[in-house]
Amino acid sequence: MSGQPLVLGIETSCDETGVGIVRGTELLANVIASSMDEHARFGGVVPEIAARAHLEALEPTLREAVARAGIDLTDLDAVAVTSGPGLSGALMVGVGAAKALALALGTPLYAVNHLVGHVGADILHDAGAVDRGELELPTVALLVSGGHTSLLLVRSLTDDVELLGETIDDAAGEAFDKVARLLGLPYPGGPQIDRAAAEGDPHAIRFPRGLTLPKDLVAHRYDFSFSGLKTAVARHVEKLRDAGEEVPVADVAASFREAVADVLTAKAIAACVDLGVPRLLLGGGVVANARVRTLAAERAEAAGVSLRIPPLSLCTDNGAMIAAIAAQRIMAGHGPSELGIGADSTLPVTVVQA
Amino acid sequence: MLLAIDTSAGTAVAAVADDGRVVAERSSDDTRRHAELIGPFLAEVIAAAEVDGARLSHVVAGIGPGPFTGLRVGIAAARAVALARGIPLLAVPSHEAVALRLVEGGVAAGRFAVITDARRREVAVTVFAAGLPLPAVVEPAHLVARAAFAPADGVTPYEAHEIPAASLAHAALARLASGAAFPEPRPLYLRAPDVTLSTPKRVS
Ligand SMILES: [Zn+2]
Repeated sequence: MSGQPLVLGIETSCDETGVGIVRGTELLANVIASSMDEHARFGGVVPEIAARAHLEALEPTLREAVARAGIDLTDLDAVAVTSGPGLSGALMVGVGAAKALALALGTPLYAVNHLVGHVGADILHDAGAVDRGELELPTVALLVSGGHTSLLLVRSLTDDVELLGETIDDAAGEAFDKVARLLGLPYPGGPQIDRAAAEGDPHAIRFPRGLTLPKDLVAHRYDFSFSGLKTAVARHVEKLRDAGEEVPVADVAASFREAVADVLTAKAIAACVDLGVPRLLLGGGVVANARVRTLAAERAEAAGVSLRIPPLSLCTDNGAMIAAIAAQRIMAGHGPSELGIGADSTLPVTVVQA
Repeated sequence: MLLAIDTSAGTAVAAVADDGRVVAERSSDDTRRHAELIGPFLAEVIAAAEVDGARLSHVVAGIGPGPFTGLRVGIAAARAVALARGIPLLAVPSHEAVALRLVEGGVAAGRFAVITDARRREVAVTVFAAGLPLPAVVEPAHLVARAAFAPADGVTPYEAHEIPAASLAHAALARLASGAAFPEPRPLYLRAPDVTLSTPKRVS
């Protein structure tokens, strides 16, 4: 291998089929096929539909990524794949394809952790892009999407990641989807709530902030809970409808979004302050939410915490972030994964490479 | 040299030379570890197939029917090998491999049914008429409740728990020789995704 390793990464943990190609930290291709539209009428990701879509999308996505990167598959130094956490049947499509690709090419296989991948997205840069500066470590990372809500302490991208807290029920993105349905807004809920909230008053209704009471903070200082919030919104909407009153969709959306953004950013900043780590990184699709970004920026600045947000195309699930972590592992001298590894839907974040 | 992969029942991988000689074969009837086993099986079979510098010419994928999660692993792997090597992918219904082996072994004659487990108390059934080089499909693969399964008069049922990957390659060779068309390399799910449209429930 001359210089930095050329790695292709496959990501199939949820509803996005992602193939990315990187050379070290340089992003060469990031192609994503989403089955989101197929889940729309069900109001959430249907695992079997997602897994079927991965199988159909994977080969065209692979071909397109290779074409965009302007490489030949035989040039690859390694194949990387998400082995977890995620939807088991969906992960298995990527794992099966990645093993076969690696074996047929005679390259090593690196099976890596999806959540660590979200952090790794930050180190990637386009050849011609503005320099965003290096990711400094340690950093706290807040990863929020339809599938996960996790707060991590990252000391090293290759071998030292700690889980500070995570959701004990719904993921934040799921809460957006469910509240959108309550309000009669289409799937996916995030952008719909964001749009509706723009005209609303975020302080119109005081919705609960999960796990923020002093007694909850003892056992769940950095954990999240959104099911109580979702129920509170449902109860509020029902009460109005039962009384024959019109539901102020903009105010409900804005107040709900404020409750989510408040608790996410408050806990993330608290972790930075408590741990003396003045750096926060955001990742996951919920980063697209305008209020989450703004509130994070305000609070980070007030707390003297520097905030990093990778470009949105690298925040949502993608294969480039998986390739990026594998490239880091290779450069740090770690060997490949065993060919007998499986998909692990609950792979702990402490396991960077399976 | 053909590489055949099937994960519609257990996991089965074989390398078969153009003359039909079985060069290497690995299989397991474990119905839960497809994603794990496909790695070592492929590694061993590809290494054995290419030991003397021989190259793979085709990949053969068993397209089921079979329980979905496992079935997809083999098809995804087969597509990936074909893409990596720039060689054609040939799809063969998995029951055809079982049928061919039964006929070649002199076990089945006349009309017979190949049955595999489809979970949820159902079986997948394909009815064949014995014949070579390939048994003819009389009734394509379909699902039947296991308790309700009753073969038609003169049809002998054979239940299979493993798909012989070498026979999958033999079926592909027979099709190649006869010029018959191959099906699309898509899984035979035979069942719609399991989803229910729920309406939000009242909380108070
Ligand atoms: Zn994700």
